[in-house]
Amino acid sequence: MGQDGTSPLAISALARMGVEAVFDSAKVAVVVDHSSPSPIEGVSALHTMMREFGKRTGARVYDVGEGVCHQLIPEQGHVVPGDLMVGCDSHTCTYGALNVFSTGVGSTDGAAAMAAGKLWFKVPETMKVTYNGALAPGVFSKDLILYLVGQIRADGATYMSLEFGGPVIDALSVEARMTISNMAIEVGAKAGLMRADDKTLAWYQGRGGRAPAPVEPDANAVYSQEVVIDASAIGPQVAKPHTVDNVSPIEEVAGTPIAQGVLGTCTNGRLEDLGVAAGILAGRRVHPDVRFIVAPASRRVYLDAIEAGHIQTLVEAGAAVVTPGCGPCVGTHNGVPSDGENVISTANRNFKGRMGNSNAFIYLGSPATVAASVIEGRIADPRPYFG
Amino acid sequence: MTLTAKAFKYGDDINTDYIISGKYKFKSNDMEAMAVHAMEDLDAEYYKKVKPDGGFLVAGKNFGMGSSREQAPLVLIHSNTRAVLAKGFARIFFRNAINTGLPVVECDTDLIDDGDELEVDLEAGVVRDVTKGSEIPFAPLPPVMAQLLADGGLVEHFKKHGGFAL
Repeated sequence: MGQDGTSPLAISALARMGVEAVFDSAKVAVVVDHSSPSPIEGVSALHTMMREFGKRTGARVYDVGEGVCHQLIPEQGHVVPGDLMVGCDSHTCTYGALNVFSTGVGSTDGAAAMAAGKLWFKVPETMKVTYNGALAPGVFSKDLILYLVGQIRADGATYMSLEFGGPVIDALSVEARMTISNMAIEVGAKAGLMRADDKTLAWYQGRGGRAPAPVEPDANAVYSQEVVIDASAIGPQVAKPHTVDNVSPIEEVAGTPIAQGVLGTCTNGRLEDLGVAAGILAGRRVHPDVRFIVAPASRRVYLDAIEAGHIQTLVEAGAAVVTPGCGPCVGTHNGVPSDGENVISTANRNFKGRMGNSNAFIYLGSPATVAASVIEGRIADPRPYFG
Repeated sequence: MTLTAKAFKYGDDINTDYIISGKYKFKSNDMEAMAVHAMEDLDAEYYKKVKPDGGFLVAGKNFGMGSSREQAPLVLIHSNTRAVLAKGFARIFFRNAINTGLPVVECDTDLIDDGDELEVDLEAGVVRDVTKGSEIPFAPLPPVMAQLLADGGLVEHFKKHGGFAL
């Protein structure tokens, strides 16, 4: 799999290798999501290159409006539990929540994988992360993973596989689990795996994929490190500028004025996320000094959110809904902040310049934290909105 | 292979957004044009300093963290960066560097200062700091990666062998 920031390089690498066909066109997909629809002619040319690649090789092309690659690949049944999958995007680790060993690679790696159906790997060590207890109202899976990133830091699991488990993970929906695996890369991990349970298998019903072949941890598995977290003691968490591991409990940053809120991305742009935000914003208004950008993760999510009434609620509250895609998170278009502005986002990265302006400040939180914050015009604790 | 150049030193956790910002990465496939923006959010002069005579990018821990963008090692190659020396590398950057032919050296970079003249012997696994008259040992790359690097990256490896031959 590749997206429009990485596929063009992979397609060029294939050409330089002298390879014309992909090893199996049914197993190759490219997604136009990072600058979608194209904001400038240079990008338009790259998108054309991807479309021509699809016509030439038979690889699936997901074009403008279809959504973010990490939503589409599982949603459209391209992967099933037990698969090994590589994608030219670092957040490919998202499908670990679905018991897929998926990992991000570069474009030349992607070209080799498309050509040969093989790749070189270093076998990773494993870190086991167990979440005990239960989530308090107003606290979500995003808070669980931000807390872990803050504890073990950005290089805490470099080149390792994370194995997530425990009663809190078992109780989460499949969508909420994807938020956790999505951010495995933020501690340097190669993958963020979870067991496939009845919820996972039910999630795959009707998606047209192959038969799942779930993989379980060995009974005698050796872990290089074990981390146990009491989720009951965790409140909403926020990552502060300019690193994802600069995490604080919300109490320490509440009151920071914001100019923009972003709801969406491969981390938190799914139906459940839009539903949580709509639940908070129903009958309320976005603060007059705040722009609130919403990007559903896919066309399917967008349609489901329309049917559920979430889009109506969000737009009535003052949200600006943009095409399903990555733009606001990755700084290509659809909401580049101004100098000195603070942004609160449901994304997974807050590096300096990430959203297209190195003089802006990005804070990361859950959809509930973003919804509460856009109402109040400052970073706000969402818990008062949950009874 | 022994590489010779001056050290340009930076800190820990340098992410790929700093190496090449997403706002440039998505606009073009022209690495020569993009290379002028290499490292610019950390050091606006990086390209001007390194391009004329080449240089080693020396950093702390977790170099290249973040996105999978292969443009990161490519803009460093095109800015005339001969190798990256760091205490540790993020996984995808490390793969991308090997695959595109940019040497990466994991060593104790605390012993190197900005501006030091260095000789890096990739096979022997030693960095000679000519300015200080000292030597820093490092573990040479495992054979799979050393072969890819010796072939000039993964594309050249495929051209030479018609596929994986590791």
